[in-house]
Amino acid sequence: MSMRSLTLLLYAVATSPALALEGETAIHDPSTVIQEQGRFYAYGTGNGLPFLVSDDGWQWRRGGLLMSAVPGGKPGSEVLARGGNNTWAPDIIRMGDKFFLYYAAPATQPRAAVGLLVGRTLDPQSPQFKWEDAGPVAWSDGIEDSNAIDPGVFLDPRDGRLWLTYGSYFGYIRLVELDPKSGRRLHPRQAPFNVAVNSEASILINHEGWYYLLVTHGSCCAGANSTYNIRVGRSRKVTGPYLDNMGIDMLEGGGKLFAGSRGRHIGPGHFGLLDLGEGVQKFSMHYEADLDRGGASVLDIRPLLWRDGWPVAGDNFVAGTYGIESARTGTALELAVQGTPVGGLRPRGPGAAPAAAAPIADQEAAQVSANWPAAAIDVRLGPAMLQAQQKWAITPAAGAGGYPGSPYFRICIAGTDRALAATADGELTTVPAFNGAPEQLWRIDQLVDGTFRVMPKSSTSRGVLALSAVGSSTATLAPFDPASDRQRWRIESP
Amino acid sequence: MRCACFLACVLLSTSALSATAVEAGARPPAPTLSSATGSARVDARGFIRRWLVLEPIAVSGPLTESAVKAALKTAALAGPPGTIPRAGDVVQPGSLRWHALDTKGYNFNLYHFAWALSKPTSNVLFWIVTTVDAPQDMKDVRLAIGSNAASHWWLNEESIIAIYGDRQTVIDDGVSRRLTLHKGRNVIRAAVVNGGGATDFCARFLDADNRPITTLSVSLQSRAEPAH
Repeated sequence: MSMRSLTLLLYAVATSPALALEGETAIHDPSTVIQEQGRFYAYGTGNGLPFLVSDDGWQWRRGGLLMSAVPGGKPGSEVLARGGNNTWAPDIIRMGDKFFLYYAAPATQPRAAVGLLVGRTLDPQSPQFKWEDAGPVAWSDGIEDSNAIDPGVFLDPRDGRLWLTYGSYFGYIRLVELDPKSGRRLHPRQAPFNVAVNSEASILINHEGWYYLLVTHGSCCAGANSTYNIRVGRSRKVTGPYLDNMGIDMLEGGGKLFAGSRGRHIGPGHFGLLDLGEGVQKFSMHYEADLDRGGASVLDIRPLLWRDGWPVAGDNFVAGTYGIESARTGTALELAVQGTPVGGLRPRGPGAAPAAAAPIADQEAAQVSANWPAAAIDVRLGPAMLQAQQKWAITPAAGAGGYPGSPYFRICIAGTDRALAATADGELTTVPAFNGAPEQLWRIDQLVDGTFRVMPKSSTSRGVLALSAVGSSTATLAPFDPASDRQRWRIESP
Repeated sequence: MRCACFLACVLLSTSALSATAVEAGARPPAPTLSSATGSARVDARGFIRRWLVLEPIAVSGPLTESAVKAALKTAALAGPPGTIPRAGDVVQPGSLRWHALDTKGYNFNLYHFAWALSKPTSNVLFWIVTTVDAPQDMKDVRLAIGSNAASHWWLNEESIIAIYGDRQTVIDDGVSRRLTLHKGRNVIRAAVVNGGGATDFCARFLDADNRPITTLSVSLQSRAEPAH
């Protein structure tokens, strides 16, 4: 992270609280957030496997108990025989027309089992909402050097093989292969691979030829006194060895910090990848304690970035005043009005600089907007010069819904109510006053490289579009192309 | 905005002025320009290389939006709406001539043009015109221009893009909103305003996917006639 980025980060944290998800977000040990038919689901620890549901990834509500859809309402007999009658820390994956949900069924640890439930829909309102017990897929007998809880399921995009990691502090984090068709253990007599120690909540992901093992270090379940933090190592082979950025094997306790406590959010743990496609990746987790919610354990979704071959935990966008600069052209989004130099005009030439080095005050819209048209004003791109028509106040729009991890935002010229808006034909304008219409609401997703994608909530006759630098001086709306810099923006505090 | 200001009051000339006129001064001809002859198409990257260019008109002031708009009024050419000049036409006052030229590069070097004619290159406004022929109606295209310095562009008499300030020519700097090229002839007019130093411009059309359009032919009028 550059010093500038760090400075901006500190500024953002200092000036605006990070947004957490809205609604009923209390959960512990959440599964990977999964989508079905536009709806988002997360499953957590607790009797009956409670789950949360969201229609947009921002506002959440309790969805019920998954075990209520399982005959008998509890782990199957084989699972109970290998483990116990608890239901903890599930993870879930879609394979074809089926969902495989793996959950921990511990007895007195480290005796535990990982059970499998198979369903065809996540929607509890559907008549097809029926889940079947498919038995245990992994277990620990209470003596061996393993504790078979906290399953994490991984489909290898390179070869279609399905894997499960599990384990917690007692001994090893282990890896076994699953049958992609049934979800069951593929080689039950084959010894598991040991891939890490001193951790739990393990899960694998793949990125550009590397396998990444994400685990949670520290202690849970003590509210704001929890020391949970998410660590990562990587390997060229799915079976390891997984080394951290210092070359330390995770089998010897290695692990590069991915996410630690931050601000009023204490103890992140239980990473889950939410890949939204088109270069937008997010991750789900829980905080052991959200100090703004009485120290409850809550779900959150944050951007997933990649830097130097390592995953980096991004931050959801926070309210503030920003410049919006094209990654393609380096020019800044501005009102199409004649600007006034900050500090006023001065004669051209090096000798014209004032002798005194007194600071020049920031330019405010009220100082220069007298001649701005009262009606709609176009936007364009221009050299960033900290002028009032280039400074945008970006704030959450209350009650307007959101998308995974964030609410929709309004984007107004700082110090005014003049709002950026999409036109019906897929162009940009500004309107004199924000009124909350979909074309004035903006989705801001951080992309894996740290730049941002900016999209209006409204769709146009041209489909779903994103802010695009079609020229050095011209912005428009265009379909998002993850391979192009046209729709990548740097949004930074001036 | 309609371009009522650009209507040329021309004194019809009996011969097209081309490289011969460029060579009429004491200076050598512009190295990047040549007389426009025969048929022409946009190049492989879509750049329009054939233009009618009027000798520069002196203007004053900075290159701010307000100053450029004032310069456009100062340098407006009177005449009936839609009239397209032809090579060799002479504009009064000042007996300024229209030149039909091809550029060898993606851009048209106005500095070379004016310098070769022993005309001023600083604090000037250049009127430029060309016509592109589209093989069919082409929707959702954009005119993408770059200019040193400020410039204002019209397509078929409709104002479509303007860029201001002391700037260098960058490919696809100012880009119009989505528009339609009609089947047949479409007239591009522009004014490029220079403060000092080098001055040039470039222009091409982009399709709905922002790819250069390379199927357009370019023609200049051989006689005065209404625009499309």
